[in-house]
Amino acid sequence: MTPTTLLRWIILLPAAGVLFHVFLGRRATAAVKVVGPGLVGAAFAVAVAAGLRLRALPEGGLLRDHLYTWIVAGPFRAEAALRLDALSAVMALVVTGVGFLIHVYSVGYMHGDRGFARYFAYLNLFTTAMLILVLADNLPLLFVGWEGVGLCSYLLIGFWYEKTENAAAGKKAFLVNRIGDAGFLLGLFLLAWTLGRHGVWTLDVAAIERHLDVLRTETVGGWPVPLVVGLLLFVGATGKSAQIPLYVWLPDAMAGPTPVSALIHAATMVTAGVYMIARLHAVYALAPAALTVVAVVGAATALFAAVIATAQTDIKRVLAYSTVSQLGYMFLGLGVGATGAAIFHLVTHAFFKALLFLGAGSVIHGLGGEQDMRRMGGLRARLPVTFWTMTAAALAIAGVPPLSGFFSKDEILSSAFAGRHEVLGVVGLLAAALTAYYTGRLVCLTFLGESRVSPEAAHHLHESPPVMTVPLALLAVGAVAGGFLPVPALLGHTGEGGPPLALMALATGLAAAGLWLAYQLYVVRPDLPETIAARLGGFYGLVRDKFRVDELYDALVVRPLFAAADVGARGIDPKLIDGVVNGTGVLVAATSGVWRRLQTGNVQHYALSFLIGALLLLGYYVGR
Amino acid sequence: MSAPIFLLLAALVLAAALTVVVHPSPVYSACALVVTLFLLSVFFIGLDAQLVAVLQVIVYAGAIVVLFLFVIMLLNLTQTEPRPTAGAPLVAVAVGGGIAVVALVATALRRLTVPTAPGLPEGFGDTAALARRLFTAYLLPFELTSVLLLVAIVGAVGLAKRRP
Amino acid sequence: MPPTAPLTWYLGLSAVLFAIGAIGVLVRRNVIVIFMAIELMLNAVNLTFVALARSLGSMDGQVIVFFVMTVAAAEAAVGLAIIIALSRNGETMNADELVTLRW
Repeated sequence: MTPTTLLRWIILLPAAGVLFHVFLGRRATAAVKVVGPGLVGAAFAVAVAAGLRLRALPEGGLLRDHLYTWIVAGPFRAEAALRLDALSAVMALVVTGVGFLIHVYSVGYMHGDRGFARYFAYLNLFTTAMLILVLADNLPLLFVGWEGVGLCSYLLIGFWYEKTENAAAGKKAFLVNRIGDAGFLLGLFLLAWTLGRHGVWTLDVAAIERHLDVLRTETVGGWPVPLVVGLLLFVGATGKSAQIPLYVWLPDAMAGPTPVSALIHAATMVTAGVYMIARLHAVYALAPAALTVVAVVGAATALFAAVIATAQTDIKRVLAYSTVSQLGYMFLGLGVGATGAAIFHLVTHAFFKALLFLGAGSVIHGLGGEQDMRRMGGLRARLPVTFWTMTAAALAIAGVPPLSGFFSKDEILSSAFAGRHEVLGVVGLLAAALTAYYTGRLVCLTFLGESRVSPEAAHHLHESPPVMTVPLALLAVGAVAGGFLPVPALLGHTGEGGPPLALMALATGLAAAGLWLAYQLYVVRPDLPETIAARLGGFYGLVRDKFRVDELYDALVVRPLFAAADVGARGIDPKLIDGVVNGTGVLVAATSGVWRRLQTGNVQHYALSFLIGALLLLGYYVGR
Repeated sequence: MSAPIFLLLAALVLAAALTVVVHPSPVYSACALVVTLFLLSVFFIGLDAQLVAVLQVIVYAGAIVVLFLFVIMLLNLTQTEPRPTAGAPLVAVAVGGGIAVVALVATALRRLTVPTAPGLPEGFGDTAALARRLFTAYLLPFELTSVLLLVAIVGAVGLAKRRP
Repeated sequence: MPPTAPLTWYLGLSAVLFAIGAIGVLVRRNVIVIFMAIELMLNAVNLTFVALARSLGSMDGQVIVFFVMTVAAAEAAVGLAIIIALSRNGETMNADELVTLRW
């Protein structure tokens, strides 16, 4: 463990940005354009420098930056300390790098918006929180970052808060995340308590890894501790990383500005759950059952979300469900023990998903706000840069070799089959096929075929300015070439050779089939989709309505809660609580009304009471 | 004091006291009070409290009751009460209280024994003896009493003054 | 020589006098007579003190009587001044009707 003071700057630079934008942003719009992205870019540079320093260390070395002692509660200690090992270095580089590009893009996208400075303040705050999350040396500090990104997600989703739907979407994101956070906290408490029973009063990652034996043997309520902790922490991950059952906030989160969707809900925040499990893989290794749960949930989510994506008409919704699905892949990878592959997919996904979102933003921007794909089409000619970059991203996510998505997805699938999780592997392949299909569908509907654009939008149509297209191009480079980054090797997870050739061929074939089908249905024979939809009838409606999960939650959870709250607010509070309080007053008044009749005003009555009192007193003394 | 004389005087005192309390006319009550005080003074002499007896006559009978009569005459409070006593329940309670007092004292007397001194010192009860106690052990109360009298005078004058 | 009256007789007499005074305070309605009954109670107490002083052979009892008389004088003065003030304001002398300070 090598001490350093370098790491804190990765966090402090964006944090300084927050202060700048909060206090000076309003008056210095021109400066905001430079400061906002600039500070994140500087953080990226520092991250690179730190990464190089890390590389110079011998195998297994890591950098640690200790700022100060944060919590001292009896024997429990938590330091404000940052650590840089291979995992957090990869994450930090992704967050700052992709984050920087998105900040630059935002300068163009949010141009002229009334809340320009506020936007960059929130974005910088998010970056700070996310970096705290990935660089934290102990779990409480990680949780600070965890909560911080949740807060920023709320602030940014509801950025245009004047519209109630946006504010509601922000609230939904925060509340659903909170449920996950509750699970996460319970997991932390259990972990701390278990370790504490053996005198280890800390939640440092290093300390946890040193005391795995303690965790291995302990039980709580008959259940092994690693299993319970793993499941509880995973609940937090399902919330933050939008898996079943807590994914419902992510599609609604598209109410926020598109760069926000790119950064938070594609590249970084939603990956926090994946990072957390990767960070604690030593604990999860002690509980194979927990890992199985993770893998199954991941695979199921991947397929489920992919199905829903095939029937969505809003361009951002398709991408939202796509994100949920791809996150499922990452959890599948974690669950079958392929941590390196999962993180690899995280990195490639950051490139192509951010690119897809930013490209969609470019389309929306060019059309003056249109988001429904049924009113797009034929935009290839007018938006060339956007078209080519998005096509690159689409091919990457579909898993076409030699683009990045192909490598990362195949690593996960081959690990699944190698670990005898054949069912999960097949599910993954199905989802891959659907992924290719719906992404192809998106590109075809938006850029190819005949134009269905409305006249006003067509009049407005223009390619985006360089400040937006340059980031697109840079991300496209990453999406195309990112497959050659030796990410799994960096993380020390060298698999047994590469994926088997048969699997690679099968995956590629499925991708090609999906893309071809999309092309047929949406360019060659545009009349077909409606016929097929009519044939599928009710099932198609169900898929398009996202299986009515939101409505289900509303009936099962939201309404009963509101009803209970009503009972409290209308029944218990006024009648019982106020009743008791007012009742006490009434009681006192009534009692006093009785007793004050003693004050007759007649002196002789008072004298009588004197006499009686004196007699009683004397009687007591005489009687003793 | 010898027993027969005690009994005679006691009977007279009780009669006078009852007159004070029972008689409808305030003036008659005041006169009965004077008689009671005189008789009590005789008791005091019989109990070797000569100075106190004299003071009783001078101060109590001679000043306080005179003050009472003065006020009665000044305010012309001579009329008798139409119904001198309060309602029957209160009378019953009051009488009950009185009986209770006596009963209590009787019980106390039966239980307790008061130590008796062997003999009385020379000059017991005369001025010198009283003065000796008053100006040594009871000096502070003596001084405070003088303040009390001052306060009473000021208060009485202030209360009874005719407001302009 | 006839036997001396024992101490208990004096104490008993004073108890009865006190009781008579107490009844007078509670039962009479004319405020002046109430006052006189109070004086009667005070005198009963005086008798007790003097009798006990003799019995114990201590002058302290008589000193206390001295003080009682002084205080009784002061109290009578103030009380009668109050009565004068009452009558000057046209109030009645009936204790039952002097009930302004009731609830």
